[in-house]
Amino acid sequence: MTTRSVSILDGHLRVGLAGFSLDIELAIAKGQVVALLGPNGAGKTTALRALAGLRPLSAGHIRLAGQTLDEPARNLFVPVEKRPVGVVFQDYLLFPHLSTLDNVAFGPRRRGTPKTQARQQAAAWLQRMGLADFAGRKPRQLSGGQAQRVALARALAVNPQLLLLDEPLAALDAKTRIDTRAELHRHLHDHDGATLIVTHDPLDAMMLADHLVVIEDGRIVQQGDAATITAQPRTDYIARLVGLNLFQGISTGTTVALPGGFALTTAQALTGHVFAAFPPAAVSLHTSRPDGSPRNTWQATITGIHRHGDNLRIQLDGPITAAADITPAAAAHLNLSPGQQIWAAVKATETRAYPA
Amino acid sequence: MIRFLTATGLAASMLLAGCGSETSSTTTSSSGTGVTGTVTVFAAASLTESFNTIGKDFEAANPGSKVTFNYAGSSALATQINQGAPADIFASAAPANMKTVTDAGNADGPPSIFVKNQLVIAVSKGNPKGIKGLADLTKPGLKVALCAAQVPCGAAAKKALDAAKVSLTPVTLEQDVKQALSKVKLGEVDAALVYRTDAKAAAADVEGIEFPESAQAINDYPIVLLKSAPNKTAAQAFLAYVQSDQGIAVLMAAGFQKP
Amino acid sequence: MSQPDTSSGAVPTPARPRRHARSRIPLALLLPAVIGLAFLVLPLAGLIIRTPWATLSQRLSEPGILTALGLSLQTATLATLLCMLFGVPLAWLLARTDFPGRRLVRALVTVPLVLPPVVGGVALLLVFGRRGLIGSWLYAAFGITLPFTTAGVVLAEAFVAMPFLVIAVEGALRGADARYEEAAATLGATRWATFTRVTLPLVAPGIAAGAVLCWARALGEFGATITFAGNFPGRTQTMPLAVYLALETDMQAAIVLSLILLAVSVTILAALRDKWIASP
Repeated sequence: MTTRSVSILDGHLRVGLAGFSLDIELAIAKGQVVALLGPNGAGKTTALRALAGLRPLSAGHIRLAGQTLDEPARNLFVPVEKRPVGVVFQDYLLFPHLSTLDNVAFGPRRRGTPKTQARQQAAAWLQRMGLADFAGRKPRQLSGGQAQRVALARALAVNPQLLLLDEPLAALDAKTRIDTRAELHRHLHDHDGATLIVTHDPLDAMMLADHLVVIEDGRIVQQGDAATITAQPRTDYIARLVGLNLFQGISTGTTVALPGGFALTTAQALTGHVFAAFPPAAVSLHTSRPDGSPRNTWQATITGIHRHGDNLRIQLDGPITAAADITPAAAAHLNLSPGQQIWAAVKATETRAYPA
Repeated sequence: MIRFLTATGLAASMLLAGCGSETSSTTTSSSGTGVTGTVTVFAAASLTESFNTIGKDFEAANPGSKVTFNYAGSSALATQINQGAPADIFASAAPANMKTVTDAGNADGPPSIFVKNQLVIAVSKGNPKGIKGLADLTKPGLKVALCAAQVPCGAAAKKALDAAKVSLTPVTLEQDVKQALSKVKLGEVDAALVYRTDAKAAAADVEGIEFPESAQAINDYPIVLLKSAPNKTAAQAFLAYVQSDQGIAVLMAAGFQKP
Repeated sequence: MSQPDTSSGAVPTPARPRRHARSRIPLALLLPAVIGLAFLVLPLAGLIIRTPWATLSQRLSEPGILTALGLSLQTATLATLLCMLFGVPLAWLLARTDFPGRRLVRALVTVPLVLPPVVGGVALLLVFGRRGLIGSWLYAAFGITLPFTTAGVVLAEAFVAMPFLVIAVEGALRGADARYEEAAATLGATRWATFTRVTLPLVAPGIAAGAVLCWARALGEFGATITFAGNFPGRTQTMPLAVYLALETDMQAAIVLSLILLAVSVTILAALRDKWIASP
């Protein structure tokens, strides 16, 4: 659900670097949380830094709450310190020489709030984060999760119109990440400005954001809500991210002709260019060609076997390249080994097609 | 490792031994012909120009010989000699410094006074402040440099000022006379009490103003052969040369007085 | 760790002491380090051995010693403050900005290190002396002269000691994480506020270390001081000058003076806590 009607951030970010260029359009509404998702090198950090003012645009514009922050064409550039933007950095960057309280009070103080008042505001924020007892501690005495919350409090203390988070959970261990993610979700939805999270973790993106923007190589390749993107990925990257086998081809009725000759039978009747996808769990392996309900079958060669959670993920090569998730029991029964020839089958009902 | 160190040590000591001893095949001659080898002379700073000339004359008269000089404040030289610095001859700007060397037993025979030196007032060329005597040095606004009382030149200055009953507060007490002179040359001070020889040597930049009280503070310059002189023969020849007519002539020309 | 079985009255044998491999210093490092230390310390030992202990108390009460010592401490501290005032911004310029000729500037900063101090003193005279490039103007316009004044001593000491401060602070700035400055900017801090509130506190230990080196160098300075500021008790005669003059007539007195200077400076330096001057 995108409420594009009341955007407070309106950006067309165009940045040219040596060997790379970024060109994306972003719109975030008041109170909305948008995730910018993509692989490393996609340009996510460049976009974040451009929005923060740490790097100027080459072209395009950034408008926030009616004020133009950056517009090269009209020679307009508002420096970092004057932007109503708050940033939570990947490594938090809490000032080591200041206490937690003074770290959070830093922003308000620099914007003119007198010392006592700023400290009171900071104390209130720490209270909200459940860190009131840590006010006097130095950053090096905080755990990863605590530091993350302080960094968030510090950024929120300046009441930013736009809150930027750079890989907010990347520095945390798995257990802390789960707890912190839930808390972060709560704080972000309490924040009434616009929020942009930059991340490479789809789970973070899906859990924290209302709207996902996927970028690869400096361009947007897909955007929408978590459900749509998960169900209907449009690039290999996203497919891999959400754990689907993805193919593109021309569909006539329920048959999708893939480049290379193979044809998939899908559950939807469509015409024209389509994506076809099925999850690894839908793939069954057999020693001989199976028959039964309409299904896609092919003879594959096993190229890799890895643990994947409680199951085994089998990489298959053949007329199509796909991954299959098999239980260890089934694998043992089939006596699977790399290089082995095996029959793979996917039910047509589990093969989804959607327009490209 | 040990063998390497021993080898290096041996090599080093042989090198040093070779440097130290001059296997000088010399024939002693009071007129200096036939003397060879290096003579090392430690001399007071005020003897710089004259000794350099005498040295060259000596080398010309004695081909195969070389005179090297170490000029510094007399006290520093005395200390170096007493601490074992290798030198053949010591020429001091005051008897006091010579005494420390003789008292330490480092002199070969009694020292002889070979020249005297008197103080003058050194001023910038043209005498812009119109200084005529010691009394003028106390004129308000005038900057005067003296040598520190511990230095021969300074001791003499104190004596002269006392004799003239002039109470002078200098801006600086330099630790050797050449430094005091250079302050005048640079124009940093208006006047300095230096030796007549120094003023003469810097005649291009400074003028030396004579004053009567300098006669009360004449510095005797003693010279002596050192006990551990590496090149005794040549050193004795040089010593004789300094005190010969040729040597004295050079010294007089520089502004020194006969002993 | 199992608890001792006290019921049977037996005491467990102590475990074999563990060999802490890390705490043994490799000989290849220890030997040169000890030789280096000896090299530095033996001359001091020589001084201490030759000290006239018998007459020490009487010598210590000689007039002029306290004056020279006090002047030394005063001028060294003032010189250090002067160096910090101008040296820290210079170090910041060298570390954080990029301008054409930066490498040349850095090389120029080290000039006082290579220049013999007396030559430095002469150079200072040529610029700040009565007939100097700037000195003559200072005198004509304001009646200010620097040679033969205490201010001149401070200037001479600052000249020779500044490179130590600039190089130390530049090193500290380079080592500091510039990202903190970005974070400060996003929170609304101007460049100046970032410098004073974030950068400086972060490199404070490095600055302190540089200041200590600077102070020590200034304290021991002789050549530039005596050439530029001259020598006059109470006004320009610092301890090193007093020592040198004492050498003229009385080696023992010189040793005593040196010892006093050493004792005072070592006490002050040793009192500085490690964490104040450790590099970040």
